[in-house]
Amino acid sequence: MNRAASPAARYLALSLGLALAACAPKPPKQLPPEPGPPVQATTPAATPVLRGPAPGSQADFVATLMGKDTIYFDFDKFNISPDAMAALQSQAQWLLRYPAKRATIEGHADERGTREYNLALGERRATAAKNYLVSLGIDPSRLSTVTYGKERPAALGSNEEAWAKNRRAVTVTVD
Amino acid sequence: MIARLISAVLLLGAAPVLAQQIEPAPVVAAKPAAQPAADQGLTGSVSDDSNWSETGIAIPAFATQADSPTATSAGSTGPLGRAVAEIITADLKNNGLFKPTGPGALPGVPYAQVAAPDFPGWAGRGAEMLVHGAVDANPDGTLRFDCRLYDVKLEQGLVHSSWTMAPGDWRRAAHKCADAVYARLSGESPFFDSKIAYIAETGPKGARMKRLAIMDSDGANHRYITTGQAIALTPRYSPDYSKIVYLSYLNGRPRIYVYDVAGNTQRLVAETGNPTFAPRWSPDGKWILYSMAIAGNTNIYRVAVAGGPSQQLTQTPGINIGGSYSPDGSKIVFESDRSGSQQVYVMNADGSDQHRISFFGGRAATPEWSPRGDQIAFTHIAGNLRIAVMSPEGRGMRYLTDSWQDEAPTWAPNGRIVQFFRTEAGSGHTSLWQVDLTGRNLRRLPTPVDASDPAWGPVLP
Repeated sequence: MNRAASPAARYLALSLGLALAACAPKPPKQLPPEPGPPVQATTPAATPVLRGPAPGSQADFVATLMGKDTIYFDFDKFNISPDAMAALQSQAQWLLRYPAKRATIEGHADERGTREYNLALGERRATAAKNYLVSLGIDPSRLSTVTYGKERPAALGSNEEAWAKNRRAVTVTVD
Repeated sequence: MIARLISAVLLLGAAPVLAQQIEPAPVVAAKPAAQPAADQGLTGSVSDDSNWSETGIAIPAFATQADSPTATSAGSTGPLGRAVAEIITADLKNNGLFKPTGPGALPGVPYAQVAAPDFPGWAGRGAEMLVHGAVDANPDGTLRFDCRLYDVKLEQGLVHSSWTMAPGDWRRAAHKCADAVYARLSGESPFFDSKIAYIAETGPKGARMKRLAIMDSDGANHRYITTGQAIALTPRYSPDYSKIVYLSYLNGRPRIYVYDVAGNTQRLVAETGNPTFAPRWSPDGKWILYSMAIAGNTNIYRVAVAGGPSQQLTQTPGINIGGSYSPDGSKIVFESDRSGSQQVYVMNADGSDQHRISFFGGRAATPEWSPRGDQIAFTHIAGNLRIAVMSPEGRGMRYLTDSWQDEAPTWAPNGRIVQFFRTEAGSGHTSLWQVDLTGRNLRRLPTPVDASDPAWGPVLP
């Protein structure tokens, strides 16, 4: 799950994000309406190139986004922080460049909550990320969500730093 | 409603059945030392510091008329009698009521003494209560188990039950004998002859394999049900043990399945493209509660086990999840963050009159109504996660555990023991634990691998 960016850079970005989020106004509890059910679409195989990931591939997405494939959340929150908005804008740019690509947004929670609630919270976070991408012009039929609750931590420690890294939504494009 | 009440009675009905099998109570009750734990300990507060002593129970090996071969894993009736006494001893340990001494430290019992114990000899060993029994092979290969409980000082029989079992069910005879002893001496309903569904966990913290598994209440007869290719979570046994509802990531999407134990088949609880979580049975086994996320909001639904349309019970933005029926089926306790954080609410079974009952700071999650109806167990979150109980009105909240992370309480069939899982900080190792209602008597349930989400089924018929 740890893609591209160095841990230090990610942590700095994260701290900044948390600081900004603390000042940001609270979003409404009610989420924007669901844009509609996802539709199956086939993707033509990407053309391989000699060096670097194939343009339009998941590897290309990860390399291009440099850590911005993942957004982070405050404890028990699902609002999109200014930092997360910037990351989602980068994701949207890539997705607009490759309009045939579909993506799944994986929502996660830290381990300091009950299992079932964290499943619902992960779904909320993934949906919040999806709705923001849709607001940036991505066709909702290209985006699906899945929650892993606290079942798939990226950072394995039991401390605030690890929990902050695990409260996340990761966008994974479908090759 | 009537059907539900009847089923609720049936669910708790093992006690009267056993009561008919035991002998009349003695004129003089068992000595007072045995009583305080039963009278106050289990319902008293955690800070209760009254003195009591555990009742000493001698449990020598069960006798046999003739050491005959059996088709059991324990061997012929001689070794089998010893194994039965060992299981009874293990069952009666660690609940704060009894101090059992098993066959390893006791002399054997001549067959004739099963019905006529050597009371002075046992009194001389300091035993207050005495369990005697016999196991004999029937010509058809089945086994006959005899189980007796005596008050040594009164020189009086308190329990006499017998069961005929298939060889493969021999451990159940031991659990039934332990249940009879427990019920007679504690005045509570039995619970040892029951099964537990849970999640077996293996592998590294970041990529744990989570498999649905079942076992007897003491950890024996362990069996994996799912292969581990898809994450399995949060199982619940149906009241008749025929089905298990649980969450599976089959095909990459978290949804609730109804698994048929005998047929080894399963189906979705609801045909929906949305994720579904947190399945629960109604006490009569006719309804399943589940929670479904739509556009990020999660609400609680009810569907008939036979299928058909779902009825939405909560309709607020945010996360409404879980749900546990009162034993009479008339109310549901559930979890909601509609106030801003996880708290416990109660509603009528049709979704009406939803009101919050937890008002003691921190967050309150995973409420489970006791099968006796008098308590609600839940996870209290204030930094650490701890198991706590409160009344159905939200009063008398008290902790049963104090550890880094304990969650997901479920009840023993008799409503006297709460089972939960504990997670270790750092490593993420998980294990199953049981605690009685005083919070004093805590024990870890042995499992072959790490374990979470324990769910008790009812006492077997």
